[in-house]
Amino acid sequence: MARSRGCARRTHRPNRALALEFSRRFCLYDCVSRTRNGARGSAAPALLFALFLILFVAVTVYLFAARVYPAPPPISRGAALVDRQYNLTLCAAGAAFVLAQLGLACAVWRFRDRGQSARFISGNVALEVLWTCVTLVVFVGLGMFGRRAWADARFVSSPSNAIQIEVTTNQFVYTFRYPGPDGKFGRLDPSFISAPAGNPLGLDPNDAAGRDDAVLATLTVPVDRPVELLLRSQDVIHNFFVRELRLQQDAVPGMVIPVRFTADRIGTYEIVCTQLCGLGHNKMHSLLKVVSPSDYESFLQRQAAGP
Amino acid sequence: MSAQSVHSPEPRTGILRRYIFSADHKVIGLQYFFLALVAVTIGTILSLLMRMHLVWPAAHLPFVAGGIMTPEQYLALVTMHGTIMVFFVLSTVPQAGFGNYFLPIQIGAPDMAFPRLNMLSFWLTLLAFLVLLAAFFVPGGAPISGWTAYPPLSGLGEVTGPGEGTGQLLWVAGVLIFCIASLLGSINFISTTIDMRASGMTLMRMPLTVWAWFVTAILSLLAFAVLFAGGILLVLDRVAETSFFLPAGLVVNGELQMRGGGSPLLWQHLFWFFGHPEVYIAILPGMGAVSHILANFSRKPVFGYRAMAFALCAIGFLGFLVWGHHMFVSGMNPYSGLTFSLLTVSIGVPSAVKTFNWLGTLWGGRIRLQSPMLFAIGFVSFFVTGGLSGIFLAQPAVDTELHATYYVVAHFHIVMGVAAIFGIFAATHYWFPKMFGRRMNETLAKLHFWITFPGVYCIFMPMHFIGIEGGVRRYADSTGANFLAALQPLHLFITIAAFITATAQLVFFYNFFRSLRKGEPATENPWDATTLEWATASPPPLDNFGGHFPSVYRGPYEYSVPGAAQDFTPQHLESEQTHAD
Repeated sequence: MARSRGCARRTHRPNRALALEFSRRFCLYDCVSRTRNGARGSAAPALLFALFLILFVAVTVYLFAARVYPAPPPISRGAALVDRQYNLTLCAAGAAFVLAQLGLACAVWRFRDRGQSARFISGNVALEVLWTCVTLVVFVGLGMFGRRAWADARFVSSPSNAIQIEVTTNQFVYTFRYPGPDGKFGRLDPSFISAPAGNPLGLDPNDAAGRDDAVLATLTVPVDRPVELLLRSQDVIHNFFVRELRLQQDAVPGMVIPVRFTADRIGTYEIVCTQLCGLGHNKMHSLLKVVSPSDYESFLQRQAAGP
Repeated sequence: MSAQSVHSPEPRTGILRRYIFSADHKVIGLQYFFLALVAVTIGTILSLLMRMHLVWPAAHLPFVAGGIMTPEQYLALVTMHGTIMVFFVLSTVPQAGFGNYFLPIQIGAPDMAFPRLNMLSFWLTLLAFLVLLAAFFVPGGAPISGWTAYPPLSGLGEVTGPGEGTGQLLWVAGVLIFCIASLLGSINFISTTIDMRASGMTLMRMPLTVWAWFVTAILSLLAFAVLFAGGILLVLDRVAETSFFLPAGLVVNGELQMRGGGSPLLWQHLFWFFGHPEVYIAILPGMGAVSHILANFSRKPVFGYRAMAFALCAIGFLGFLVWGHHMFVSGMNPYSGLTFSLLTVSIGVPSAVKTFNWLGTLWGGRIRLQSPMLFAIGFVSFFVTGGLSGIFLAQPAVDTELHATYYVVAHFHIVMGVAAIFGIFAATHYWFPKMFGRRMNETLAKLHFWITFPGVYCIFMPMHFIGIEGGVRRYADSTGANFLAALQPLHLFITIAAFITATAQLVFFYNFFRSLRKGEPATENPWDATTLEWATASPPPLDNFGGHFPSVYRGPYEYSVPGAAQDFTPQHLESEQTHAD
């Protein structure tokens, strides 16, 4: 019975039969009715499926590969390393994506029900071992390779010429503290915290080291100098995110978390909060100003002279 | 088996006893299903409100007090959408709904091991849902801390924000009750699978659906227990002024908090120790159903049945070792970040094995593209897409760029949300004839599929790009930073796609409820399938097999066996040559 179809196709049929045949094979919806050879009219949905997947893959690959929606240009070596790892992952994951989706399209089209009998295959140990090993090597290899960008950002301790700046977050403000000419941060005590009195960080007035500390609402750093930020939070968990640095780090109350970067491009960049911190979460915003060394010197002098 | 003689079926008396306060696993399964249908409707409406607010921030919206949505109302929607969808849809239908209905039938048992415990699980789940929803109606409204509820935001009460008072407490209470329900349910599933299998139903003859429900039950048992413990500690922090998650020196809104000694990261560890296995609790049953359906509609055995069963176990096991990948930027030790990263990418291996074997199942088959099959293939496509974006997020270096952006929203919605939902759709269309004795309308089902499948991709694929450009999730509007304005056209596209896709779900609802009453009557085995649920009437009698209990003579997926009389050989047939009917 399964073989009768080929003969039927070659014989001449009147128009009505052709129309029926056409509607059976290309009608989207009527796929349940069995035809003479038991095939369930899967041609149209199979074609639609395959075409949709091909279109989907083409559009996706184009949008990712052509960078229609790119991340902003990186402004540090660490950010460039992240981008490299991202691109590598994009290649590997992209290849797997294309192969799997097109494989699906191919299988659905090629093995649609045309009255053939299915092959009785319950597995293939060699194939299964092969693809298990290949994915293991690719995925774990990618993970191992990505170590470098992470280690570069988080494991290496700061060089001695690094500038330390403290970042304190509270609902919904960033506050930056520079140690001042003495190079030392003054002691903080939460009981002194009073934003209306001009002491949002709770600087202890009895500690001499704190008298020259500069407390600012934006972050200014010199270009090409290593910077170490010390992240703290006063109330809930916040985050420090600069897209151009490819850097997010939570600021957790009770902890001081260091993050490091060396910005290599002068400009002004936005700092936003990415950890849900309350109703003003989306308004929590500040600026990172990367300035030339001479501008940085004059910035420091202004701060020292200021208060 | 001895267990079978223990349960004498209750007599079918009275509507209440039969359909409401029933201990019959089939009724309970349907109760879970309909509860989730209500939950998914509410959850979807919440998400549409959020989508509208994101693109038309000044618009007057329905259901929103005051008309124009405030940031706290938006965040309350974020919290409630996530919580309702994760707990009351994704953890409810695939496992408690279909699992309850079909696990006993597929292993040839008359009921679950503990029918009354089963009933208690459902009623607790319903109670949990009502308690959670009550958070909308208390002063301050629903909590604004997201479904992850990170303390200190969630641990101090109203001082941290609106909704953090009574609303957050009700949220924790709802989650705790849900945990108890899930724990009871998982004990039941595990006992039933171990003790109640029909004679001849060895572990390696169990359908992959049963394997999936079994592994998921073990995950639920271990994961919800930890969330329960964490939830209790959070309640203590809130009402008994303990400091499990609260460090010293907190100054909130200008007030110094008299707490100290706790760690906010402790909650994250407890939460994600539950939260990551939860992803697999949502998706494993879908994987089981999809394997089951792909074999049925390809008329071929599942490719690599053993590997599929082992991959389920491997994913379940590894799922407990990777929670730290949610915490790469949390302040956790960066060295442990590396360990979690390597463990996370290795979970890609059993996941890839499943994908390959699904393709292997299709390859060489005779594929019937009826509605369950369409959704099952859609599941595979989503699982591939969403799984591969996970490879980016699994690497801490790349995660520092993409963490907490819309990239993550895209990733987990595709792989955990929509893939699991497509698993549910596939299972619903597949088992509808068995559950209700009628068939769903194929034309409507296909119309629903062909809008939903591309529609979902149109909603979630652009979110990757928003994330790559730095669009931060959980933002009530785009006015906080200058670069966000450029992302609005993508948001608009997503909102339109979301509305079209959501509207298409009305087709499903119409088809579902119409077919309940007017669908074409279904035969015992409308899909020419092999497993035991198709060896009984549609719908099955109270004791599942009408007084006798089947014996099992073969594996679950004997399709197109060479030399057999037809292209499927049911599990309960002793000789291959016998005709099924």
